[in-house]
Amino acid sequence: MQQHLTRLSAADIAAAISDGDVSATEVTRAHLDRIAEVDERVHAFLHIDDEGALATAAAVDAKRKAGEPLGPLAGVPLALKDVMTMRGIPTTCGSRILEGWRPPYDSTVVERLRAADVVILGKTNMDEFAMGSSTEHSAYGPSHNPWDLDRIPGGSGGGSAAAIAAFEAPLAIGTDTGGSIRQPAAVTGTVGVKPTYGGVSRFGLVALASSLDQAGPCARTVEDAALLHAAIAGHDPRDSTSLTDPVPAVVEAARRGDVRGLRVGLVKELSGEGYQAGVTQRFNEAVDILTELGAEVVEVSCPHFDYALAAYYLILPAEASSNLARFDGMRFGLRAGDTGELGVEEVMSLTREAGFGAEVKRRIMIGTYALSSGYYDAYYGQAQKVRTLIQRDFAAAFEQADVLISPTAPTTAFRIGEKVDDPIAMYLNDVATIPVNLAGNCAMSLPIGLAPEDGLPVGLQIMAPARADERLYNAGAALEAALRDRWGHLLIEEAPAL
Amino acid sequence: MTADAVIPFDDAIAAFDPVMGLEVHVELSTASKMFCSCPTEFGAEPNSQVCPVCLGLPGALPAVNAAAIEAAIRIGLALNCSVAEWCRFARKNYFYPDMPKNFQTSQYDEPICFDGYLDVDVPTADGIKKVRIEIERAHMEEDTGKALHVGGSTGRIHGADFSLVDYNRAGIPLIEIVTRPIEGAEQFAPEVARAYVAALREILRSLDVSDVRMEQGSLRCDVNLSLRRTPADPLGTRSETKNVNSLRSVERAVRYEIGRQAALLQAGGKVVQETRHWHEDTGVTTSGRSKEGAEDYRYFPEPDLLPIAPDPAWVEELRATLPENPAVRRARLATEWGLTDFEMDSLINAGALDLVIATVAAGGDQARARKWWTGELTRIANDRGVDVHDLGVTPEHVVRIETLISEGALNDKLARQVIEGVIAGEGDPDAVVASRGLAVVSDDGPLLAAIDEALAANPDVIEKIMGGKQQAAGVIVGAVMKATRGQADAARVRALLFDKLGVVEEA
Repeated sequence: MQQHLTRLSAADIAAAISDGDVSATEVTRAHLDRIAEVDERVHAFLHIDDEGALATAAAVDAKRKAGEPLGPLAGVPLALKDVMTMRGIPTTCGSRILEGWRPPYDSTVVERLRAADVVILGKTNMDEFAMGSSTEHSAYGPSHNPWDLDRIPGGSGGGSAAAIAAFEAPLAIGTDTGGSIRQPAAVTGTVGVKPTYGGVSRFGLVALASSLDQAGPCARTVEDAALLHAAIAGHDPRDSTSLTDPVPAVVEAARRGDVRGLRVGLVKELSGEGYQAGVTQRFNEAVDILTELGAEVVEVSCPHFDYALAAYYLILPAEASSNLARFDGMRFGLRAGDTGELGVEEVMSLTREAGFGAEVKRRIMIGTYALSSGYYDAYYGQAQKVRTLIQRDFAAAFEQADVLISPTAPTTAFRIGEKVDDPIAMYLNDVATIPVNLAGNCAMSLPIGLAPEDGLPVGLQIMAPARADERLYNAGAALEAALRDRWGHLLIEEAPAL
Repeated sequence: MTADAVIPFDDAIAAFDPVMGLEVHVELSTASKMFCSCPTEFGAEPNSQVCPVCLGLPGALPAVNAAAIEAAIRIGLALNCSVAEWCRFARKNYFYPDMPKNFQTSQYDEPICFDGYLDVDVPTADGIKKVRIEIERAHMEEDTGKALHVGGSTGRIHGADFSLVDYNRAGIPLIEIVTRPIEGAEQFAPEVARAYVAALREILRSLDVSDVRMEQGSLRCDVNLSLRRTPADPLGTRSETKNVNSLRSVERAVRYEIGRQAALLQAGGKVVQETRHWHEDTGVTTSGRSKEGAEDYRYFPEPDLLPIAPDPAWVEELRATLPENPAVRRARLATEWGLTDFEMDSLINAGALDLVIATVAAGGDQARARKWWTGELTRIANDRGVDVHDLGVTPEHVVRIETLISEGALNDKLARQVIEGVIAGEGDPDAVVASRGLAVVSDDGPLLAAIDEALAANPDVIEKIMGGKQQAAGVIVGAVMKATRGQADAARVRALLFDKLGVVEEA
């Protein structure tokens, strides 16, 4: 029975708890047991909050007993990316510099999860400060892909994706600055959504690049992702960039799943050279399925996407160099060199030297350089212009199509260690996901099969205009249902049992 | 540290033309901070008015205080500035422990207010000199925390044993008002600088946007100064003297820097572009950070905040509801009340203009109101070391006391006792009169009895008065006043005395 509980979708768990078929405590215990059983090998979690999770579960059970109304995700366990603050629970961002720091406040996302009676199991592993595509840049060691433990689970939110794929949790929170929700979803055979910029509050999300960061749902089904999306989205006055619009009707869209007459645009620039053969093959098959379902598939061109990666690697480090300045050992986290002999500048330097990993230092240096007087216009200023051009490309493409599609990542999961010493190869993982962050619109990755050459999951990316997140769920649900009919189960059911 | 050489001011001015730039930081008196809801009260327990936002904790985000935007626009309008239709905050990046995020959220090339001016009356030995100070910009930013460096001799970070940081001040809204280079001030440069800061302070006070207390740091002035041989020469290298925190110090710092830079240049040296510290006690500046390696703040638009686009209709509404410019109001009142410059100045210096205006508005006479507020009440306030506004005496109290005097119910001496009672918290003037029994004795019976008693005690007085020495009556009047504990009307006593003696009082 306990093993079975971990195989359920979030929607089914919520229904079973609501109907009294199972208690939230039983569900939570089942997941904690699963974590105890497999996480030594997967290393999805950096911190497990057994006590807090069981207390929340008990509260949900008491509420139900008392006949109080329960949220749509009441009692459903969730894994939280370690970049989100949660009062009293360690938040490291995968960095040594925050080792031992316990935030005195909840992020807005956590507040909303609590309000929805979600059970937070713990904090998941990530590349340090969300810089990376493999979790190999975590100061606490990499997470492993449940499909093949020698391979990466993607990044930066590899821990969240691995936790879902390993059935340690049905839901997880990720954050996506250039693909950190979608690329891990693609390589682990799960679903991940980057909502429209401003759709989910960033308050309490430790910033990597403020103008690009966006939290979103990770799940095993499109419907589960929608339920989580609806629970965490909506205006927050504490985040000035938060949208005031009503939350898009994502749950309804996920339950509709009808692409008849939908115009689907294939982005010419996000295919071909550089994409693994098996990835392209599965992608083309998915396009055929969409056509069979009644979608109208057209090819669109977004010529400036070719410059997206270059612009991204100026804007991101520039903002990150400033956002990470506060990690100086003065008020929280690690402090190095405080011998009573050294001055404040030396202590700050030694703390940052000891606390930050190589990739973080690399990006701080790039960003500092890009913002320097005399270089600003040539780098940061120029990158912002490219950003505008990419937004225009999207606007033009969305004239011809309701949603755009591409492979999410150019390859399936690579081996741990394979690219860690080659930053450019690592950066190229995000070539298809970055344009969406630069433009501020929304996208989903969902599994479309296994690449024939290596038997590893392939993801398809659906992109929609800003504030039209429901289109992702509608198209995603249609494709997911068609594939499920074809396979007789979700792709994730084919993952090794561990 | 050896003292810098300084040459006499007159010699310096004879050889060089000074150019100044003044940067004034004003702490706004909003109830909450610029980007969070922490209170802004001065003097609270260190680090008691902080939250994740103003401490710069990971994940915290700023949200703009609308009251600060409104205050910034009102200041800009009062300084004849244009208000930006669209502007942004920017991050100014530098590491310092009193700055929680290691960047200051400020404005860079898109200030909220720009291109204004302030006309200033500069009192000089040659009379009032009218000077127009051009305002380059007024922009919004957040204050830093306050560092206290313990140990070492200088109180500065270098050489300290350890430092303590209080973040209560971090995030308090600031407006930085920057002038264009002030040229042509010549020998009056020190007075011009002082008069500008004084006029600015008066405007800010009239707008009720800041406490403008220089000694508490709610108004802080940085003085930039450079010299050149003649006005035709390009601007010289400037020094930037930080935190000059009184009007007198502004004047002294300018005077000192002119003398110091002139001495350097006369000796064939070069002025270094640097930050200098002002020492109130010794009246000198000393070298701080050198700026030769031009600090690079790596400004870029703050991505955590949306651009600010004030609705033009709202800006016009703010413009229409600005208080009257203090200088204009002063001129108008001087005319209406027929005051000399001297009279108006003493009124301003007493800081009592608004009180007099309120007293007149409440029905008082301006001359009598001025007498009360700049005389007796200012004296009491000074004795007690408090502001005349904080005595607990209202314009309405003054009007009531004046009415009682004109009705003959009080004399000046009694009126002063009533004021004392009001200040002591015994209630309004009528209550004090009643509780202290201070009404003038208007019944002639007791007065005549007291006169008889006084005459009996001073038998020689009758003879003197009858002999024509009418001033001798003062002895009797004094004795009667004493006997009635001041509650008699002296003129009435005198009249009764002469009546009794059958003598006609000389005019």
